[in-house]
Amino acid sequence: MPDYILLIVACIFVNNILLMQYLGNCPFLGVSKKMETAVGMAMAVIFVLVLAGAITWIVDIYLLKAFGLEYLRTLSFILVIASLVQFVEMFLRKSIPGLYAGLGIFLPLITTNCAVMGVCLINIMEEYSFTQALVASFSYAVGFGLALVLFAGVRERIILARVPKPLQDTSIGLVTAGMLSLAFFAFKGMV
Amino acid sequence: MAKTAVQEFTKGLWAEIPPFRLVLGLCPVLAVTKTVENGIGMGVATTFVLICSNILISLLRNVIPKKVRIACFIVVIATFVTVVELVMQAFAYPLFLKLGIFIPLIVVNCIVLGRAEAFAAKNGVVASFADGLGMGVGFTLSLTALAIVREVLGNGTFYDIPVFGPSFEPFSFMVQAPGAFVCLGLMLCIMNMLGKK
Repeated sequence: MPDYILLIVACIFVNNILLMQYLGNCPFLGVSKKMETAVGMAMAVIFVLVLAGAITWIVDIYLLKAFGLEYLRTLSFILVIASLVQFVEMFLRKSIPGLYAGLGIFLPLITTNCAVMGVCLINIMEEYSFTQALVASFSYAVGFGLALVLFAGVRERIILARVPKPLQDTSIGLVTAGMLSLAFFAFKGMV
Repeated sequence: MAKTAVQEFTKGLWAEIPPFRLVLGLCPVLAVTKTVENGIGMGVATTFVLICSNILISLLRNVIPKKVRIACFIVVIATFVTVVELVMQAFAYPLFLKLGIFIPLIVVNCIVLGRAEAFAAKNGVVASFADGLGMGVGFTLSLTALAIVREVLGNGTFYDIPVFGPSFEPFSFMVQAPGAFVCLGLMLCIMNMLGKK
């Protein structure tokens, strides 16, 4: 049990997927201008990442490793993720229209979110067991959501500030992300 | 035709230089630019994938059905990424180890898919090749520029050769994660100051 708590803390804070591992930065800068969209994206990522983490783990162990096809990993993972996203989209539209409307455009965008693919690859590289992979995927996704929501909060304030013209928009966004990343640096000694 | 191909090439170098103007594909930009060597390696790998996928998708653009085009593009891109992965394992193993997870992640680099969707799916082979080459070179240049700033300030070296005397205290903030964000942000600011063509 303590192992899992350690894993959760490590994945959410110490190795935060956005600020420490530099994965999933496109949506990080793209959708963080408004709190609502940031929360929507965070939910969508948590939902898809846990599913993708579980499925790619099964595919890797029981299909690729079993038949010695490791060189097809990149290809099969991206296909699994793309079809998973498509499937989740269809499923949600039919059965939970409320959630579907809430996630909106963010769901298809997740296909090219490198955080999803990245976590699936990390799970395999670290040789996690199935439960560990599941816990790690969930924690990474929560870390993604946490960083995204924090950042969106800061960015909503920046709109009110007077930023020099060349620094506006993405530029100041990146500098702010740097400051946030510096704050997350403080967790580094924890695990 | 020749003239337009040149135009497609040069627009990738300044007017639409990928990570700065389009703000796509930031993850590898931030992650691998700790040293110049990594930056160039990543740039070349991405350029190869960009050119090949652009050519193939442009050739297939009339065959691929509209509805499943994204899936088809991804399969094409993933194939070339696998090629790069295997080639690097064979001939540049130390670099492969250093870049690690970011080689397979070229698949989800938004620049590659973005060019396939926005350009190669609508234009001829020559123009698509020029576009891929231009974008790739632009991407490599940006990576190299960022890597030079970060390596020189953060390690006091350039391509592993020390540039400052022994009394230089490395500015280690630059090679860490926060430095990557701040440095890219400031470079974007300089680009904006120089003006949008």
